[in-house]
Amino acid sequence: MHEPGYNFAYLDEQTKRMIRRGLLKAVAIPGHQVPFGSREMPLPYGWGTGGIQITAAILGRSDVLKVIDQGADDTTNAVSIRRFFARTAGVRTTERTREATVIQTRHRIPETPLTEGQTLVFQVPIPEPLRWMEASERETRAMHALQEYGVMRVSLYEDVARHGRIAKTYDYPVTVNERYIMSPSPIPKFDNPKLDRNPALQLFGAGRERRLYAVPPYTRVKSLDFEDHPFHVETWDQPCALCGSTTSFLDEIITDDAGTRMMVCSDTDHCTQRRAEAEDAEPMRRVAS
Amino acid sequence: MYVAVKGGERAILNSHALLEETRRGDTAHPELTLAQIREQLGLAVDRVMTEGSLYDPDLAALALKQACGDVIEAVFLLRAYRTTLPRFGLSEPVDTGRMAIRRRISATFKDLPGGQVLGPTFDYTHRLIDFGLAGTADRADAPTAPTPVDDSMPRVTDILDSQSLIESERPEPDERDVPDITRDPLRFPAPRGARLQNLARGDEGFLLSLGYSTQRGYGRNHPFVGEVRLGEVAVEFVPEELGFPIEIGEITVTECQMVNHFKGSKTQPPQFTRGYGLTFGHCERKAMSMALVDRALRGRELGEAPEAPVQDEEFVLYHCDNIQATGFVEHLKLPHYVDFQSELAMVRALREAVAKATSAPSAQETADHA
Repeated sequence: MHEPGYNFAYLDEQTKRMIRRGLLKAVAIPGHQVPFGSREMPLPYGWGTGGIQITAAILGRSDVLKVIDQGADDTTNAVSIRRFFARTAGVRTTERTREATVIQTRHRIPETPLTEGQTLVFQVPIPEPLRWMEASERETRAMHALQEYGVMRVSLYEDVARHGRIAKTYDYPVTVNERYIMSPSPIPKFDNPKLDRNPALQLFGAGRERRLYAVPPYTRVKSLDFEDHPFHVETWDQPCALCGSTTSFLDEIITDDAGTRMMVCSDTDHCTQRRAEAEDAEPMRRVAS
Repeated sequence: MYVAVKGGERAILNSHALLEETRRGDTAHPELTLAQIREQLGLAVDRVMTEGSLYDPDLAALALKQACGDVIEAVFLLRAYRTTLPRFGLSEPVDTGRMAIRRRISATFKDLPGGQVLGPTFDYTHRLIDFGLAGTADRADAPTAPTPVDDSMPRVTDILDSQSLIESERPEPDERDVPDITRDPLRFPAPRGARLQNLARGDEGFLLSLGYSTQRGYGRNHPFVGEVRLGEVAVEFVPEELGFPIEIGEITVTECQMVNHFKGSKTQPPQFTRGYGLTFGHCERKAMSMALVDRALRGRELGEAPEAPVQDEEFVLYHCDNIQATGFVEHLKLPHYVDFQSELAMVRALREAVAKATSAPSAQETADHA
């Protein structure tokens, strides 16, 4: 049951239809930013109002929702958004990536590969990848229309000239379907390869900036780079202290005043599943605690 | 330890309970009633209604109570509630010329038809703390004027307009084609209707400072207060099934018409130009600031070279909404572990590279010392 007095998933049906129309256009033109009549939501701008509106617009009663922030289901903002939909839509929620039909995320793509039929909804603060080079929206829209992306290349080249490498670590720009340059939202560049030809539908919502965009399933997404400075992702020289994963994105946890560090998976579901599997396989062995 | 770093559901619920307790304060003191807030903190209520773009004094009072007096938080509550309301249609344009006047002043004419009506204003008070108010004193009723205010209270701009001294107000090509910024994303150049809506719900402090900047030489536009008026106006609506306007209520508004100098262009003779401000309730500072900024933003249309932030439409309209602004500024409190982790890795790598580069020649030295 959902909260009485409000429509299913908070927004009224006309608003949802308007958002879905925007999403259809976004899917039809991968990577293109579609302006939409973003509504004021009961959660603040910056907390994921764009993602929340998309989720509200696409959610059906049989959907199973997962919400993560920084890869984790238990961070305050993820908890709060999950509660919002549990309350206003009454849908089933989960922390398991595999069980979810809709996953709303801030700053990460789950480590567990997504499958056809799943939808990943990104929360986007600044949808315009060219914003740091050109402040004016009128200009940047024209630049996209004309595919005039020289400034972006120059900006990356300036990094190389100054630091010997491309120094962007998150919100790393990508080219979608060989046409539009797109902001993947502030996910670490570690996650960029997961955008490419992903079987899931990837939807992006920027509430404050009133933009929607999308990467349809199996669409080519290429991280910008140079032949002599190819794109690569960060690696760690130690495994996750909890599950031993050597392939996931690790968060650094400071464990004492002396700055002792411990590296653990940022994706809590991935970490939990791996530990459960390890325990099933070897019931006697104690996994790092 | 690991779990403690990440927040939990229980922590949020407990925080809500603590907030509620903090909001109520010491229960030895009686709880505020909405009527007290509405009647005695009326200007705060008016500001919340204006920036919340919802005319409902009781709801605004409730929002202020729930927000512990934090005006922006109260505006936020009102906006979020407003979203859920159906939109039936557009009212007829409100006629401020037929306002039931409570206050009306002009800085451009010493006297004018209808006269200067001061009304309730802080303008000529001495700002001395009134210690008498610390207690609960009976107040005497304000005296009533021997004659009611004039029925005819023409707007100053209309008087100037009749002599062609001020640009005439051009209505939008299709009056029904009013933009709605709560539904449609901003596009640039924004039509004046969209701009005025944006400014009307914009943050008072931000617009005040921008307006102020025009007076200090950043986009100067020589303003005069043609008129400020406060009072009640009727709101009319044409229901589709009736086909004629019916009065659906009355709202209090503050209107400011700035009269600005303009030296003319190739197509227009020298004349005065307009800046317009309108708010719910009594928000005079906001209405004046809005009028200054509206005029500044008309620079492009009037052929003025943009030179100051206040004349930059995208800068002003994208940043004047305090709910958007507070959301994005305060979201920095949300976790950014992942991005920060990526930055940490990059800074460490860059530092390593620098250290390697600078230590290479001195490697021998280090070995000698060892």
